[in-house]
Amino acid sequence: MFGRLTLDAFVHAPVETGAQLMVVGGAVAVVLLLTYFKKWGWLYHEWLTSLDAKKIGIMYLVLTAVMLARGAADAFMMRAQQVVAVGEGVGYLPPDHYAQIFSAHGVIMIFFVAMPFMFALLNLIVPLQIGARDVAYPFLNSVSFWLTAVGAILINLSLVAGEFAATGWLAYPPLSGLEYSPGVGVDYWIWALQISGIGTLISGINFFVTILKMRAPGMTLMRMPIFCWTALGSMSLVIFAFPILTVTLSLLALDRIFGMHFFTTDMGGNAMLYVNLIWAWGHPEVYILILPAFGIFSEVVATFSQKRLFGYTSMVVATMAIVVLSFIVWVHHFFTMGAGSDVNAFFGIMTMTIAIPTGVKVFNWLFTMFRGRIIFATPMLWFMGFLTTFTLGGMTGVLMAIPGADFQLHNSLFLVAHFHNMIIGGVLFGFFAGLTYWWPKIFGFTLSERLGRYAFWSWIIGFLLAFIPLYLLGLMGMTRRLNQVDEIFQPLLIVAAVGACVIALGIFFQVLQIVHGIWNRKKNIAGSDPWNGRTLEWATSSPPPEYNFATIPAVEGRDAWWLMKRQGKKLEGREEKIHIPANTPFGLFIAGCTLLLGFGIIWHMWWLAVLGVVGCIVLLMVRSFMYEGEH
Amino acid sequence: MKENTSMPAHAGDKVLFGFWVYLMSDVVLFASLFATHAVLQGQTFGAPSIAELANLPFVLWETLILLTSSFTVGLTVYFAAKKRKVQTFLALAATLALGAAFLSMELYEFAHLVKEGHGPWANASYSAFFTLVGTHGLHVFLGTVWGMLLVVQLMVWEAHATVARRLMCFSLFWHFLDVIWIFIFTFVYLFGALQV
Repeated sequence: MFGRLTLDAFVHAPVETGAQLMVVGGAVAVVLLLTYFKKWGWLYHEWLTSLDAKKIGIMYLVLTAVMLARGAADAFMMRAQQVVAVGEGVGYLPPDHYAQIFSAHGVIMIFFVAMPFMFALLNLIVPLQIGARDVAYPFLNSVSFWLTAVGAILINLSLVAGEFAATGWLAYPPLSGLEYSPGVGVDYWIWALQISGIGTLISGINFFVTILKMRAPGMTLMRMPIFCWTALGSMSLVIFAFPILTVTLSLLALDRIFGMHFFTTDMGGNAMLYVNLIWAWGHPEVYILILPAFGIFSEVVATFSQKRLFGYTSMVVATMAIVVLSFIVWVHHFFTMGAGSDVNAFFGIMTMTIAIPTGVKVFNWLFTMFRGRIIFATPMLWFMGFLTTFTLGGMTGVLMAIPGADFQLHNSLFLVAHFHNMIIGGVLFGFFAGLTYWWPKIFGFTLSERLGRYAFWSWIIGFLLAFIPLYLLGLMGMTRRLNQVDEIFQPLLIVAAVGACVIALGIFFQVLQIVHGIWNRKKNIAGSDPWNGRTLEWATSSPPPEYNFATIPAVEGRDAWWLMKRQGKKLEGREEKIHIPANTPFGLFIAGCTLLLGFGIIWHMWWLAVLGVVGCIVLLMVRSFMYEGEH
Repeated sequence: MKENTSMPAHAGDKVLFGFWVYLMSDVVLFASLFATHAVLQGQTFGAPSIAELANLPFVLWETLILLTSSFTVGLTVYFAAKKRKVQTFLALAATLALGAAFLSMELYEFAHLVKEGHGPWANASYSAFFTLVGTHGLHVFLGTVWGMLLVVQLMVWEAHATVARRLMCFSLFWHFLDVIWIFIFTFVYLFGALQV
């Protein structure tokens, strides 16, 4: 009946029990609060079943915030462990638990913080910037969100029942194979990513079609805001990369469930095939995240320099060059695998080549600021912080692109410092810039600039304190994923832990900023265009009505709204019948069935898995009868 | 909430384009499986290769059946455009019947291999073979279920624009599966036979 799920699965070691109780307690608290305030109906009708891209975007933001808290907690636990588990000391985390924590940290931060954060901003801003009323497929948008949420739920369930993968965030076989990881941890990993990955693929198609097919009249491709261009590039990558992830995870699952031999050490399996496949998805994934961040910075730097973006065309070309190049660099993640010097040389050179379009972008941003009247608002601070830290991270990346150097640095903390440099300094700062920049548009009130500055300075100082020591430690020879370290590493690890605390302070200021903003929302009404913006999202009210624009705007050039303001025009354009899709719970229900499917497979409760599949198919069929079609 | 489930006039165009994009992502999915098959094909661990075990004339019949179903699905779309209801039904039914025949033959082939002790768990080469061909088969199966749904919708809604659009997407999907099968037939069976 319950497959592998027995009562033992709920019994954990003390530290794990704490996490377990927090998840259960959090869920119970949410349920109780919703019941006490009688908000279930409101939640269901206004949010969970909504097909409004802006509401879906806000739900993505909530998911991001919850998972960021979880991922950050993992990070603090690791930092604490490495400070105390020195020499003879074993610290407070047993090796297996520590391995689960660093695996969960990576998975959560990439798949359930960075990805939903990106889709939040895409949902909130892309339709507005191209002058559209909605995305191409509002229903699929809801399905995508809920599939992502199911992935996150599965990850958190692993804290309550069973365990998580102890294999690192990409679960290389043979370690992740049945022989060495017989438990449910790797299965949680597989199905959380498989389900959310399919949601991401659907989102990718959705936004790709939205950007290509739903632009307002006059908005030619070369008049699109750069954020839309980078979103288009990122979505193209999603469409071409995520099917590879789907296949890779499926093959690993087949190995684990049916005893097949794709990646096993016996019967002809080939673990190196897995490493190639996962990085053929994994490298483009990095660019899926960073490209929209580049887009946000391009919007922010132009607005706050009060100047047109320098080198628009070269920005577009650079973006598309990165899209193409990102597919021919994946081997640099495993130069040490022994592909041969010719193959390594090719991928090393291609990797260095990516620095060229990225450099083009950096210079374009600098030239945009040049002779601009710069306003140092918080989004601009995030941008300046990004520019310095990202350039540093980029240089360490080029350094590691040299296969010979990589043999020394592979799997060391130098690498850990490098990719945190790119993902925090690049992606996260970018999304924070976007969030603070677009917050007044999304919610209709402004945030405290002072608290925003505190948050920024805490983040950047904390970031440098936490990660610069890791570069040094890497050069000293410390490898990643250690739960017990040598004494000579301790001083720098303490510095890194202090840095983590300063980052925690930054997160505290961000929470305070939002709470303070909500508290004073009546006083700080944003108005439609608080930053003196340039693109169409600033032309409509804040928050925008459900249909975004009463009339579909007519676009006459780049920076469409700036142009209209300069010419003293109002937002006017084609009158079109406003069409809004009705709310539907089908996205929620379909995702619910995939939760049953995932949970069933993880615990070998086959009846539950079958129930999930049948449920999905039946729901899709019923839904297909609910469209009456065009009238 | 404003109740209006109708779609604006240009919706069909958007759906069809999106479906093309989905098919392109499916190309990548199959490309990954083909790559996996290419890498693992020789790893039989001493067992005979699938090409040695396969009955080529049998697979040729499978191929011909699937190709014919591509023709009938073309006819379905043609008749639907001409609003000839009975012919549309017949052509769609023929497509589904051929699809079912193809699936039965594939299942028979799989069952035969498993019975002889050549199941997907025997070695890496067989794992890759069953997964590549099986994923195509799964697509054909889902396509057949979808086709049956369309039969019902044709009966309920007749030649509605939405149904016509869905038929168009269905035919794209079906042709796509045919193209994939041609690659499977060529790279898995014919090239395999050459190496024997």
